[in-house]
Amino acid sequence: MHYCGDYRTSYEKDMEILQTPVTKAFVAAFFLFLLAWPFVVKSEFLWITMQILIAVIGAVGLNILTGFTGQISLGQGAFLGVGAYTSAYITAKMGLSFWIGVPAAGVVTALAGMIFGIPSLRLKGLYLAIATLASQFILEWIFLRWEPVTGGSFGIVVPRPSIGGFAFDTDRSYYYIVLVIAAVMVLFAANLMRTRTGRAFMAVRDHYISAEIMGINLFKYRILSFAVSSFYAGVAGALYGHSLRYVSSEQFNIGVSIVYLAMIIIGGLGSILGSIYGAVFMILLPKLLTVVTTQLGTSFPGIAELAIALEQGIFGAIIILFLIFEPDGLAHRWKMIKAYWKLYPFSY
Amino acid sequence: MPLLRIDDIHLSFGGVKAINGVSINVPKGCIHAIIGPNGAGKTSVFNCISGVYKPQRGAVHFEDAKVTGMKPDHVTRLGIARTFQNIALFHHMTVLDNLMLGRHQFLKRGVLAGGVFLGPSRSEEIENRKAVEDIVDFLEIENIRKKPVGTLAYGLRKRVELGRALALKPKLLLLDEPMAGMNLEEKEDMARFILDINEEWGVTILLIEHDLGVVMDISHGVSVLDFGVKISEGTPSEVAEDPVVIKAYIGEEDDFLREREENARG
Repeated sequence: MHYCGDYRTSYEKDMEILQTPVTKAFVAAFFLFLLAWPFVVKSEFLWITMQILIAVIGAVGLNILTGFTGQISLGQGAFLGVGAYTSAYITAKMGLSFWIGVPAAGVVTALAGMIFGIPSLRLKGLYLAIATLASQFILEWIFLRWEPVTGGSFGIVVPRPSIGGFAFDTDRSYYYIVLVIAAVMVLFAANLMRTRTGRAFMAVRDHYISAEIMGINLFKYRILSFAVSSFYAGVAGALYGHSLRYVSSEQFNIGVSIVYLAMIIIGGLGSILGSIYGAVFMILLPKLLTVVTTQLGTSFPGIAELAIALEQGIFGAIIILFLIFEPDGLAHRWKMIKAYWKLYPFSY
Repeated sequence: MPLLRIDDIHLSFGGVKAINGVSINVPKGCIHAIIGPNGAGKTSVFNCISGVYKPQRGAVHFEDAKVTGMKPDHVTRLGIARTFQNIALFHHMTVLDNLMLGRHQFLKRGVLAGGVFLGPSRSEEIENRKAVEDIVDFLEIENIRKKPVGTLAYGLRKRVELGRALALKPKLLLLDEPMAGMNLEEKEDMARFILDINEEWGVTILLIEHDLGVVMDISHGVSVLDFGVKISEGTPSEVAEDPVVIKAYIGEEDDFLREREENARG
């Protein structure tokens, strides 16, 4: 949507992610706001923000695979787990630094993703979803049984990072690490999707036969998509493990995979911004519902139990209603709202 | 030596013989047409050239290379581009992205450079964007460059698909029914584009087309297929007068009709 007056005179300008000065200023202000956030809110809210940032990384990764390349994955939860365990093993058992553990988690998970992505060469759509579901169960089984590495059902206690003498052991200091990594990775993904590799992913999604005729090696790009996506999952998983200071297998079950899939569907498939909206939505909504239901329970003690029981049901109902009324996701809804106000009051 | 040599190719799917020994030579710099009734095997010939199908016997040679047995993306890198009968664009991508995708093989940067963007990846994008803009100007699609292809009208989509094939900088362009489903004005535009691509850009063109008027007007040579066999070949006027071709297209006088006529006469 470009209204009158928004002229660009060079290709550099035309390719920018943030096209107008207003959006640039807005994003800069938002980032400053996120920097100031730990000094404004209670630790409980800071914790939620941190979890959202971690989920943003994971959701962007899944969106690269599912939204941009069109390969449905039900294994994101397990890939988060691979990252978390890798970093946990490197930091807690080998005694190496967090700064080695997190990139290593990304690389190891990318390799795992490439292996579990091999079926994608033959399988598409729902069949691929089932194949990735298998990877979820295989990995979960490994988390539980490979005791020398994963600690089995006891899990692993992991440390928080430090640089020199400074330890990032408070939530506030750790939040900044997560924030910077999330910002860099989101920017990286946005760049990737507007250049050669991203276009090739979308081409594979939209029409794979024609993509091949255009000179795209399908094998390479399908596996590459799994690698990039799993790299994101691995980093997100590692950050998650270090935030909790504890890694165990039940944190990465099939439920997590489904929540991530819900994030990108609700946020908007094939949209980086959508992955962010989706992550915020899916993490905040249950917390808000808990606040509402506990409030109801204290105001009307008679229905306290009922309100808590209803929480899950309401959560499901909201998602269903959302998909009926906004199947293209929050990113699309936001676009429509902007378009409406741009033309207001002459909407036709 | 011809640019493209199709030597006696045979292709069958189970018991169905789609192509049964077809040989066609396409000289450099010409517009060559393949015509024939539905199911004659025209598109199968294209698929054998571009590597989607592998003929069981015979081979396709392009310049000095044997194309048969190569993967489609490899064939494309040799300089063969094609369009499809049913438009095969990337519907959720914009016109520009579709054309930029055509430049895929000319861009070199991988994941890391792409993610960092500044520096090599950006300069490469700009360089190729210029090439794409030339095509946008040529096809007169400036006003729709930023629109997702899925929202465009049929005739424009056909034009964008032609543009995407051109972005590959091909030596040989395979056009599968470029004018199917178009109105007269769109057909005239398309014919003009095809002639310009051939004459100004120096691209050899092999096309499949059902509109015989267009084929006769623009092509230098015509091959006629029927039931997987080449039944005639020559200049447009030679082919048009060939009784075998007329028989394949219009059919012989129908026995049933003739009998009924005779009976009516009594």
